[in-house]
Amino acid sequence: MTKHFIGERIKRNEDPRLLTGQALFVDDVEIPGMLHAAFKRSDYAHARILSIDVSTARERPGVVAIFTAQDMGEDWMPGPPLVSPPPTVKDVTFHSRRQAPLVKDIVRHAGETVAVVIAENRYIAEDAVEDILVEYEPLPVVTDLEQALAPDSPKVHDDLDSNLAAHMYQQKGDYESAKARADTIIKRRFYIDRGAAVAMENRGIIANWDEKSKQLTMWDTTQAPIPIRNGTAARLGLSDSQVRVIAPFVGGGFGPKIMMFYPEEMLLPWASKKLCRPIKWIEDRRENFYATTSERQQLHDVEMALTRDGHILGLKDDFLHDTGAFDPYGLTIPLNTQSHLMGSYVIENFSSNCTAVFTNKPIVTPVRGAGRQQGIFIIERMLDIACKELGIDPLEIRRKNFIPPDAFPYHNVIIDQAFSELIFDSGNYKAVFKKTLQMIDYERFVKEEQPRLRSKGKLVGIAIVPFIETTGVGPYEGARVQIETSGKVNVSTGYGTQGQGHFTSFAQIVSEQLGVAVKDVHIITGDTAEFHWGTGSFASRGAVVVGNAVHAAASSVRKKVLKQASKVLATPEDELELEDGLVRVADIPAKSISLGELAALANPLRGAVEPGTEPGLEATDYFGPQSGTTASGCHAMILEVDPETMMVDIKRYAVVEDCGKVLNPLIVEGQVHGGVSMGLGNAFYEKLQFDENGQILNASLADYLIVTSFEMPPHIETGHFETLSPLNKLGTKGVGEAGAIPVPALFAQALENAFQGRDLEILETPLSPNRLFELLQESRTTKEKSQ
Amino acid sequence: MNNSFNLSITVNGIQYEREVEPRLLLSDFLRHDLGLTGTHVGCEHGVCGACTILFDDEPARSCLMFAVTAHGHHVTTVEGLGSIDHLSPLQESFREAHGLQCGFCTPGFLTTLTAFLKENPDPSEDEIREAISGNLCRCTGYQHIMDAVKLAAEKSGN
Repeated sequence: MTKHFIGERIKRNEDPRLLTGQALFVDDVEIPGMLHAAFKRSDYAHARILSIDVSTARERPGVVAIFTAQDMGEDWMPGPPLVSPPPTVKDVTFHSRRQAPLVKDIVRHAGETVAVVIAENRYIAEDAVEDILVEYEPLPVVTDLEQALAPDSPKVHDDLDSNLAAHMYQQKGDYESAKARADTIIKRRFYIDRGAAVAMENRGIIANWDEKSKQLTMWDTTQAPIPIRNGTAARLGLSDSQVRVIAPFVGGGFGPKIMMFYPEEMLLPWASKKLCRPIKWIEDRRENFYATTSERQQLHDVEMALTRDGHILGLKDDFLHDTGAFDPYGLTIPLNTQSHLMGSYVIENFSSNCTAVFTNKPIVTPVRGAGRQQGIFIIERMLDIACKELGIDPLEIRRKNFIPPDAFPYHNVIIDQAFSELIFDSGNYKAVFKKTLQMIDYERFVKEEQPRLRSKGKLVGIAIVPFIETTGVGPYEGARVQIETSGKVNVSTGYGTQGQGHFTSFAQIVSEQLGVAVKDVHIITGDTAEFHWGTGSFASRGAVVVGNAVHAAASSVRKKVLKQASKVLATPEDELELEDGLVRVADIPAKSISLGELAALANPLRGAVEPGTEPGLEATDYFGPQSGTTASGCHAMILEVDPETMMVDIKRYAVVEDCGKVLNPLIVEGQVHGGVSMGLGNAFYEKLQFDENGQILNASLADYLIVTSFEMPPHIETGHFETLSPLNKLGTKGVGEAGAIPVPALFAQALENAFQGRDLEILETPLSPNRLFELLQESRTTKEKSQ
Repeated sequence: MNNSFNLSITVNGIQYEREVEPRLLLSDFLRHDLGLTGTHVGCEHGVCGACTILFDDEPARSCLMFAVTAHGHHVTTVEGLGSIDHLSPLQESFREAHGLQCGFCTPGFLTTLTAFLKENPDPSEDEIREAISGNLCRCTGYQHIMDAVKLAAEKSGN
């Protein structure tokens, strides 16, 4: 009987190192002779650089070099476009503008890099940065989306006619005819604002050009080491084989670390090659707010057409999307928003115009959810509003419109972020919804507890929000699995790890195939010297894409093991089993051979091999899904609001997660909890505040409030539901972003429920205690006016 | 500013003598001068708690201290709490309960909680929640960290 590893709550392989301070993060790397970089950044959001005087800075003892854009000469080049506009959507307009290593003439967002100081240590480098005198001609700033499209708006890129960065239209069916036959049309405007990822580790880069070996080694907190290797080699005129990029342990990614070719990422390797010295740059927390990407500002004008009894006939959403000063990441976020606007529902007619707008603010690229939150926020809010207008129960309206379990694969016609049709592969939304209702004890709360608490004057609200999440997209990932003569297994993949437990979950997949203990499977991620091909950690795709590549490679090795062992043990393959690091004959356990011995036999030092044999017990395989898999889930929450402080106390929180086959329940729960904490931040505590000059008003952790243990619910109850994905052998789906996606919609519903009878209608996120108070004041006034 | 100071400091039981600039942060001294990179720097504002060490057995933010203020004192970092082959009961509990994901904030939690559990070997849920409220974690949502502390308290009780 063979043991099973997939689906087990196995302790993580990587933890002992992380727990004892023995795990290598980028800033831990020390190289003899290493220099340190600090950047002079623009305080202005929009300005022309008139002059840069570095003379005093250069005189400072310990300063080795100072570079401006001018000093880069012909090597100065903006970053490459990372994601092209979708080739499969008709008539897309896209103006590509990318960030530069150092600003040449015009600064376009506060925090842009104007000069870099390379010095013996960071303290001296920062002193020298203060010595640099930059003369700016301030230019008018544009931060508001609608204002940015006005004909007299200041232009972020003056070689363009306007601040229109992109335009994309998608449709399904015929919204106008649906509208014509509707009993009710609901129209609302929604405003969604920016938040930051705030990984606990800021970004960091070390570039080490060794002139004698002509090799560049980089340590980078990136989520995409292989593309960084390829692009850096290209930019410096080197061969891929001359560049090694290592993403060691990374202290959280959450999206912004897959933005590639940040100014600092382009500058440091160039500077290292110029000076022939290793150079380190570690971002500080204040820089992180300006210099690392963030996401989420959009303005939506939405219309929903429904029948009298609550069937959705059509949905129309025209929206503006803030891309910041540049748009290297294409239209990924708005495509995700469009892909999630129809939620878990049958909506046969859909129309959406997306206009991406340049503003004088830092670049926008995906942050956990990557545009999905916005879509789910809108569809769920519209349904909540519809049920009030139609007098229908909020649970009923959802049940009525869910995609039924027999409708899969469900074709949503529009194009998603992977440039292919949005197809939901499998799911059972009604069952997940029902399970969540049971977990939160919805009926009993609404019928008994809530009225009782309300009679005591308590402001308690309950909410439930279902959601879907597109995950596991291509293009591909790969893995190499090798059994060593020690009997341990080595696995490499080009993917990176930022805390998701890959060193364990991928090992479990291998253990399942080879019968080796999870602790004896050594996983290497994030080192381009170990594996040459891959794209990076994004879109909740690790378990699906890398997992299945690992599975394929491990299966190939298993086949080799059985073939060879069959010969050695003179037994047919189907009578052999792999367990505890051995291959043994099913009924004769004494007749066995260890995997290590087999590995040695497979790599003879002398003699001849059979034609067509590959040495060792090793295999490399790739997995490239045709389309992503669709995970789904449902969150429910009971909260209480303090009427004087508007602070919120979450009493109960329940999650049901359908991510297909669960590889490790501990890890999945961890991802859900972490996602919920970010979602709570997005809903009620976090908002990147920009003023009209493009300055961030809360660029510190003292003012930008991420959730602490106090803001979390006392206990998040997690339930699992499994609809296996038919798109991959493991049947698994992604889960990395799921926890964060429905929370803003959940919060809005719960708050409206808590303030029932007060006409509170929430059309924006993030909120805050202050903002909630303001909205209540406005709503009370409206009610009084109507009396 | 090149004046230097003869610093004498005990870290994890070992005494060190080093010449340092007065403005050198304790976090930077530990990480780069002594190579004890287990203490991490998340904000340098004293908010996130990742840099927490034990200063004469009391939790303190090493990013808000100068190395020279630790002259003559003893500091414990995460490296002094246990080793890969001998995890402390608290470290082992973190592993069992999945109380860490990326691990960046973890050393700060471990030092904070080591001091806390010494004074409160049998804490209530509310007491644990308050004890960790000064440390930020972006990955775990704190729930498994709470579980780890409860587990550690149980282990020590046995």
